[in-house]
Amino acid sequence: MKKILFIEDEAALQKTFGDILGIEGFRVIPAIDGEIGLRLAYSEQPDLIILDLVLPRLHGLEVLRGLKEKKETCDIPVIILTNLGDLENIEKALQLGATTYMVKSDHTLNDIVEKVKKQFLIN
Amino acid sequence: MKLIKKPNMNLKKFLDSINIAKQCRKYNLSVWQCPQFLFLILGLVVIISSLAIYFIGIHYSDDPEVIALIVLFMSIFLIMVDFSIIKSFERLAEVARMKSEFVSVVSHQLRSPLSNLKWVVDLLISGKIESVSEKQSVYLQILRENSRRMEGLVSDLLIVSRIEADNLPFKIEKASLVELIKSLISRIESFAKASNIEIELIIEENLPEFFFDYQKIEQAVNNILDNAIRYIKGNGKIEVILKKEANKLCLEIKDNGVGIPKEDQKYIFQKFFRASNASKIQAQGSGLGLYIAKSIIEKSGGKIYFVSRENEGSVFTINLPIK
Repeated sequence: MKKILFIEDEAALQKTFGDILGIEGFRVIPAIDGEIGLRLAYSEQPDLIILDLVLPRLHGLEVLRGLKEKKETCDIPVIILTNLGDLENIEKALQLGATTYMVKSDHTLNDIVEKVKKQFLIN
Repeated sequence: MKLIKKPNMNLKKFLDSINIAKQCRKYNLSVWQCPQFLFLILGLVVIISSLAIYFIGIHYSDDPEVIALIVLFMSIFLIMVDFSIIKSFERLAEVARMKSEFVSVVSHQLRSPLSNLKWVVDLLISGKIESVSEKQSVYLQILRENSRRMEGLVSDLLIVSRIEADNLPFKIEKASLVELIKSLISRIESFAKASNIEIELIIEENLPEFFFDYQKIEQAVNNILDNAIRYIKGNGKIEVILKKEANKLCLEIKDNGVGIPKEDQKYIFQKFFRASNASKIQAQGSGLGLYIAKSIIEKSGGKIYFVSRENEGSVFTINLPIK
């Protein structure tokens, strides 16, 4: 079973994504802040990471930097899922090595599930 | 705990406060509307007035003390008047800046719960958690439709606050306006058909690609097309014509809708304005669509204008420079 690390501080989103991705056959590992997320990424070695940017304790971009700095996690695909739609954040995230950047308000739940599935097909 | 004073910070603050260009940028105002610049100009006026009073004074009086006193009182009076005018200006500029910032922060904060709401409804409607009855599905669709509407409004407010702060980012890339129009129409066709509206697309051959922000122009055109569909009563027709004129691409969107009453036409691009007949036909609508469209087109170096007759229809024309 493929493992997805979901780094998101909103409990409601953790529940919704945990349920839908679970139904789709993935194992979801929740992380409610940036520090926990980075620690879990190092220890769990997930197959995919979904990462919010505005996070307590460690900003999403710092998490991304931390992931790309370590040999064990630098190849894990990262989907950024955030409400910040400004060019500056999009460019920074892509420069740091994010695979995809998705603005929450622009996508349906199905769009995101499809994106996750597509990512596994690519890999 | 020891408090350490940072003299450099105070000096920087002071230097920033007298940096007129920086202060004007902070309020996002032109120099002639900027309180700090106006204060400088009025200061010069005070000096010139004082000198003028002095020269007039020595012409009419031989007593230097009286002249000095008159100049002093006049200068103090003028400075006080200037100061109170500038302070009012500064307060107004600050209020405008805070309003824009407030809208931006609130809109951002509203986006998170709205996305959560939308996705939970998506999950319930999908029937993957448990099966949904027909009646429940109707109510869930209402929830979904309304959360989308709210999301659209919040998104429009965010764009407006960015336009006002002159902070709307543009990503200029070489792209095809033809592709943009075709894909946009294929997306809204079902909405048009549901409203018994036929869309005819007439595109000149061999139109060139050029540099523009695809997403922004798409939004501007979408806002106009959306209005065209919404404000046609009963069966109707929309013609979308794209052609080249000299060094620009010209997009015309013609509809046979309700048109814009003559007395409302001069306000139609103002934010939050809705034509009197529009509110009667469509209760929904924030009055932001055309304001956003105009801002985007003008920021892209283009022009937007319209011709409209009430009860006959409207033609909106967008000209974009080929660059």
